[in-house]
Amino acid sequence: LSQDTLDEATWEEIEDTLLLADIGAGPSAELVDRLRERVRVLGTRDPGTVQALLREELLALVDPQMDRALNVDGEQKPAVILVVGVNGAGKTTTVGKIARVLVAEHRSVLLGAADTFRAAAAEQLATWGSRVGVETERAEQEGADPASVAYRAVERGVQEGTDVVLVDTAGRLQNKVGLMDQLGKVKRVAEKPLGGRPVDEVLLVLDATTGQNGMQQARVFAEAVNISGIVLTKLDGTAKGGIVVAVQRELGVPVKLVGLGEGADDLAPFDPEEFVDALLR
Amino acid sequence: MFTSLSDRLSATFKNLRGKGRLSEADVDATIREIRRALLDADVALPVVRAFTGAVRERALSDEVSQALNPSQQVVKIVNDELVGILGGQTRRIQFAKRPPTVIMLAGLQGAGKTTLAGKLAHWLTSEGHRPMLVACDLQRPNAVNQLQIVGERAGAFVYAPEPGNGVGDPVKVARDAIEVAKTKLHDIVIVDTAGRLGIDEELMRQAADIRAAVNPDEVLFVIDAMIGQDAVTTAQAFNEGVDFTGVVLSKLDGDARGGAALSVASVTGKPIMFASTGEGLTDFETFHPDRMASRILDM
Ligand SMILES: Nc1nc2c(ncn2[C@@H]2O[C@H](COP(=O)(O)OP(=O)(O)OP(=O)(O)O)[C@@H](O)[C@H]2O)c(=O)[nH]1
Ligand SMILES: Nc1nc2c(ncn2[C@@H]2O[C@H](COP(=O)(O)OP(=O)(O)OP(=O)(O)O)[C@@H](O)[C@H]2O)c(=O)[nH]1
Ligand SMILES: [K+]
Ligand SMILES: [Mg+2]
Ligand SMILES: [Mg+2]
Repeated sequence: LSQDTLDEATWEEIEDTLLLADIGAGPSAELVDRLRERVRVLGTRDPGTVQALLREELLALVDPQMDRALNVDGEQKPAVILVVGVNGAGKTTTVGKIARVLVAEHRSVLLGAADTFRAAAAEQLATWGSRVGVETERAEQEGADPASVAYRAVERGVQEGTDVVLVDTAGRLQNKVGLMDQLGKVKRVAEKPLGGRPVDEVLLVLDATTGQNGMQQARVFAEAVNISGIVLTKLDGTAKGGIVVAVQRELGVPVKLVGLGEGADDLAPFDPEEFVDALLR
Repeated sequence: MFTSLSDRLSATFKNLRGKGRLSEADVDATIREIRRALLDADVALPVVRAFTGAVRERALSDEVSQALNPSQQVVKIVNDELVGILGGQTRRIQFAKRPPTVIMLAGLQGAGKTTLAGKLAHWLTSEGHRPMLVACDLQRPNAVNQLQIVGERAGAFVYAPEPGNGVGDPVKVARDAIEVAKTKLHDIVIVDTAGRLGIDEELMRQAADIRAAVNPDEVLFVIDAMIGQDAVTTAQAFNEGVDFTGVVLSKLDGDARGGAALSVASVTGKPIMFASTGEGLTDFETFHPDRMASRILDM
């Protein structure tokens, strides 16, 4: 916002910033319109004020009031977290990182390798498990029923009085109906050892580089397994992850965590202010 | 084939019927629709701008004002320009005059490189070659095992001298692999590398070092069809880092429009050679620019 008067070029610059962050054409135009109206009413021409208003509008959209804590402190043990998302988004890595955090908080954790499909997926999860010092429940062989692995992990968690069971699932594109049905089954079967109680969290992992398709991902996964939170991964790259703004707004599901690298400690709580500032940078 | 964009533009064109020729205002309204369609398809903003600029110029020319059906002519121009950028004809793999032919894979984390390695091995085997896979991702947990399994399924030998998970030097593995391939008479070497970010200078240098060590005939940049506006930054970074020779668009079996195809092709000028269309070994095909153009525009 270098100009000192608000000409069309300035408005375009503001819209560009939003578009480049993957906020989306519709939401960006809406935001700019609202900002224009406020600027008109205020009669301001000061770029600093406009910048502050833009930040305010974005922050309101991201909604700092949402509860973003992981739901792991319910009455009954174990808390079960199911991790879902499209292929390669960062699910397995996120499971490892969350386990690290929970262990650091002195909770007992068990991992469930319900990705029985992708080559070496269970090994990858087990490596994460040993890295952060927790055990992994996995199938005897590749291609086993993912729902039964999820069941066994949760059942073992119940028997052992584990604090948290984290269930990793195979990546799947949301337009694959059969795979989405399978995911629904994994969730239902994982809930059986809980005596009908639903799992405590279903985290949708969204890659920050994802564009407008992220909205469709969120819609379909929410429909299939009722997601309760979003993890925005790969924010350490140049992508801004702006699609989550529309996702949060449409589904009312908060971004809870962000992935900031490939290491065990590269996970952080989602901070709306930091997110908005990075988006406008 | 053009019906979808036509549908989208029909509201704009409805008002024009009977006017004979398009005014500048008509063209601008049309261009706004096209811009919106491209942005919704995740085409990168600078590419959208250059593209709509080119279309606008042609739309205002005699070519359109003298056309029987100006609106259809505009749609045709849009499609022509798209196919032009995506590449009229698909380029085939360049094979080395003296084997082995070396194909290196590079891209962001999770893009689909290792899966593609298996697909390439399977396809090239069916074409009568003896490909060998090389495990140069020594970083991501169990990337080596993954490649070994994928290679086994494809019936290809996997050179994996290091366990990975942080152990071993990928540049050395890559260099040694060429000698191994010569000794074992493999005519194709496919080098799988770790995923890396465009801004990770250290890892990008490592990728450049691997490239220098194997002197590849092809460096394929694998990019996820779901990527948004970051496509340009990332493609530029990999183009500078490893000077890729071709692009593979992955996860095209999804429902993303795949505007990244246009972004990468337009920004780097490198051809899109293949499409990855699933997790299976055979879910892999030659890239079709015309199909991609209608996919991007299919609003
Ligand atoms: N830079 C960066 N890389 C990440 C992050 N999270 C995951 N990755 C990398 O992304 C790639 C894919 O991660 P995975 O955890 O295997 O993803 P996934 O969703 O389990 O993949 P599938 O199970 O194959 O669907 C790996 O190379 C990870 O190291 C992150 O926050 N930042
Ligand atoms: N649906 C679909 N999934 C794919 C495709 N290509 C790869 N995948 C999946 O995407 C995920 C990541 O694929 P990988 O081959 O491990 O990706 P990568 O680029 O090697 O990942 P890193 O080594 O971690 O950087 C896996 O779940 C694959 O099965 C594709 O074309 N379609
Ligand atoms: K970022
Ligand atoms: Mg995984
Ligand atoms: Mg890989």
